[in-house]
Amino acid sequence: MKFQKIISALFLTVTLSMLTHAQLQLNGAGATFPAVIYSKWFDQYKNATGVQFNYQAIGSGGGIRQIAEGTVDFGATDGPMTDKQLAEAKSKQGTDILHIPTVMGAVVVCYNVPGVGKGLNLSGEVLADIFLGKIIYWNDAKIKKDNPKLNLPNKAIVVTHRSDGSGTSFIFTDYLTKVSKNWESKVGKGTSVNWPVGLGGKGNDGVAGLVKQTSGSIGYVELAYAVQNKIQYANMKNKAGNFVEATFQSVSFAAEGAAKSMPADLRVSITDAAGKDSYPISGFTWLLIYKNMKDEAKAKALVNFLKWSMVKGQSFATELYYAPLPKAVVKLCEKNINSITANGKKIK
Amino acid sequence: MDNSETQINREDPKTKSNTPVFAPKGRFKKFFSSHNIGDLIFERLTLLFAVLVFLLVILMGYEMYVGSKISINKFGWSFLTNSVWDPVQEIYGALPIIYGTIVSSFLALVISVPLSIGIAVFLSELSPGWLEKPLSFLVELLAGIPSVVYGLWGIFVLVPWIRNDVEPFLSEHLGFLPFFTGAPYGFGMLAAVLILAIMVLPIVSSISRDILKSVPQSQREAALALGATRWQSTKIVLKDAKSGILGATMLGLGRAVGETMAVTMVIGNRAVISPSLFDPSYTMASVIANEFTEATSEMYLSSLIQLALVLFVLTIIINALAKLLVWSMERKLRPR
Amino acid sequence: MKLSRFFFLKRKITSAVMMSLSLVATLVAIIPLVFIFYYTISKGIAYLNLDFFVAMPKPVGESGGGMANAIVGTLMLIGIGGAIGIPVGVMSGTYLSEFGNNKFGATVRFLTDVLSGVPSIVVGVVAYTLVVVPMKHFSGLAGGIALGILMIPTITRTTEEMIRLVPHSLREAGLALGIPKWKTTILIVLKTAWKGIATGILLGLSRAAGETAPLLFTALGNRFWSTKVMQPMASLTVYIYDYAKSPFEDWNNQAWTAALVLIIMISMLSLLFRIITRSKFKTK
Repeated sequence: MKFQKIISALFLTVTLSMLTHAQLQLNGAGATFPAVIYSKWFDQYKNATGVQFNYQAIGSGGGIRQIAEGTVDFGATDGPMTDKQLAEAKSKQGTDILHIPTVMGAVVVCYNVPGVGKGLNLSGEVLADIFLGKIIYWNDAKIKKDNPKLNLPNKAIVVTHRSDGSGTSFIFTDYLTKVSKNWESKVGKGTSVNWPVGLGGKGNDGVAGLVKQTSGSIGYVELAYAVQNKIQYANMKNKAGNFVEATFQSVSFAAEGAAKSMPADLRVSITDAAGKDSYPISGFTWLLIYKNMKDEAKAKALVNFLKWSMVKGQSFATELYYAPLPKAVVKLCEKNINSITANGKKIK
Repeated sequence: MDNSETQINREDPKTKSNTPVFAPKGRFKKFFSSHNIGDLIFERLTLLFAVLVFLLVILMGYEMYVGSKISINKFGWSFLTNSVWDPVQEIYGALPIIYGTIVSSFLALVISVPLSIGIAVFLSELSPGWLEKPLSFLVELLAGIPSVVYGLWGIFVLVPWIRNDVEPFLSEHLGFLPFFTGAPYGFGMLAAVLILAIMVLPIVSSISRDILKSVPQSQREAALALGATRWQSTKIVLKDAKSGILGATMLGLGRAVGETMAVTMVIGNRAVISPSLFDPSYTMASVIANEFTEATSEMYLSSLIQLALVLFVLTIIINALAKLLVWSMERKLRPR
Repeated sequence: MKLSRFFFLKRKITSAVMMSLSLVATLVAIIPLVFIFYYTISKGIAYLNLDFFVAMPKPVGESGGGMANAIVGTLMLIGIGGAIGIPVGVMSGTYLSEFGNNKFGATVRFLTDVLSGVPSIVVGVVAYTLVVVPMKHFSGLAGGIALGILMIPTITRTTEEMIRLVPHSLREAGLALGIPKWKTTILIVLKTAWKGIATGILLGLSRAAGETAPLLFTALGNRFWSTKVMQPMASLTVYIYDYAKSPFEDWNNQAWTAALVLIIMISMLSLLFRIITRSKFKTK
């Protein structure tokens, strides 16, 4: 009898688990930059509604490519798609692709220098020179000039960067392109560029791992990764000439100006923004959504989730070191979310 | 010897299928002919699967050729000789990547082959029977560890060791050589070479051991009877087994060239040609692993598929050579 | 006389030195093995608990959780791979040994060798272009197909060799009794050789279980419970890769545990392999 009970219990759990994964699942892939908040959102959202969003952080380049190939239900990126990419995706998938900003974040310049704790100050030009391989020692006069109080060691700088296509790289190189002529002509901006020097790590986590494990290193990651891993990050000199620490407030200051002149498709860069308190390497992160979806159930689930993310979702942002969207931007997003259709029909 | 027996077997089925065992008559005839249809179906069925294997390999090559057409048309042979890999400018030259692949594999073999021959000699010539089995089991265990576990170990154990001990030591004592200059990253060519050497070791050593063992015992006995030392008789055996060991080395090379995960996790991932072993590098397999899902443009994707095609062709050549060498060795030994 | 004595000694010493070098080489080879096992076991065991087998992964920053989905995923992936690789491998191996003494057989034999040398990442690329892009979906099926392709050469070659090892007298006995060839092959030859073939299959399966590269852009990965073959599927190896390069200590530790579990799974397969081979080749 006991044995039978165990068997039937087992059978029950198996059937139950079969039932539970008969639930709707949407697949997405892309940026690692917002992966922390997305994993939180999708976990919360699944508990609340039962709809599963499986998100794989394979990099922004991957998000753009997979949405164009139609292998995912949604993509994610930190660098907006170019006009050429949008046209290519439209010709393949037969529908426009919408950019929906979800949160904002800061890319921080993290470092691991023995004897130097918090509070390294860096300007854009110096940062560009380091990543161009022109400044190769931590005690270089140019770094010293901005950091008279720090005891910088005579140690080689180990530059680390992303090896994969990445929106974090896009925001970072977008910033360097704005502040350094040299960088603009030699490297340029993009989700993956031809790095002049340094080690490549895969993903935000890969770079954070490299910096954490390598003495003398410098790299760039999204703020949350630096904070959660207790890696030091530099104060960056902004357009107004102040050294600003990356926080969600200083990112919000950077976005405020941009929010007033948002283009309709919501693709906008907020690096090197004006304002005395704005952090210069800030950016939006976007979800990439098909404007017209073929599967009505999925379209409905996605729209509901997006609406949830604009209201409830924003409340998780600050605890995970992202900046919530300004109210004005949320309005614009909601307008775009409402324009999503399933087989040409509006979604109720 | 075993060989002669398999030789007979190899020829027999053919003659058998042509000569009927006995001709059925009378009321058995229908019964048996239906079985001959069974034979036919059976042959055709197995043939179908063999054709499937055949088509699969052809399809793989074809699919990659079609996929890389855009990049082949644009870059042609310069794909192999250009040293810039720049996704922003959409210029794809695979030279540094091919360089990284070949150098890392070659250096791994430089470390691994002498060790493997040593192991093979010890196991086939010296070790007592009770020791041979557990030792070869241990060495072969290395082959059973998944590549990603090597990578995990590489990141957390090997790389920190290289960064903190090996590289500072080398640059202090051999820093005048261009191979040991630059900052000690830990991640880089040296780490990849060491991890590949470990991974190739079980393959080369176990094949070499089998080959040494296949050299007839009479060779050794003859040498020993003439008053040769162990080493001298081993030298004779090694000379006999030369092409077979070379074949084993080629098989190891094939493995090293295609190794992906462990290398990706420790090599530093940057397409650059540098003489220093401390510097990061990149291999074909790791470029594909890192960038394949990310390639945002057709040209980028096409170039990556072309890289896969180059890797595919390279491993075919290496394996064919290996097969040829091992086979010629077998043929040399058989008639004795 | 003295000179020859000198040469004799020199020869003796050279021999002793060279032979002890071979012992040193063997010991050196075992060092990394010891280190890898030491770290995998000591670091992996710390997080090895029941949760690891029954719980799901937690989001970043929350400690605990397990990899139930990845363990099931790995088993399913090698199951799908086996469903493709085993029939193709066994049947084509049978063809090669029974009917393959012709040009076509030699070509297939060569191509099987080619296939066994193809890097697994290349198979992943092909599975992506052949399965993922047309189906518009990353899926466990695509991952399983990639693993199946990787199993084929091992199974084909072992099947062929094992059938060839079956003594010819057995086959003749069957044929002499008037049993048709196909029945002889299946009932007598394959039955005699099945142990050897099974070891080949197990070898193929255990290798597939350790593959990561072909899964990266086919099965992709899944943070949820995923047993649908048309959906992205989690696997232990991809989790190890993701967690190893992550900066979260919690995840790093779980990567070691996953590595330990994976190695245990694989060694269980090869233990089976050892048991089977031992009873088969006792005479060797």
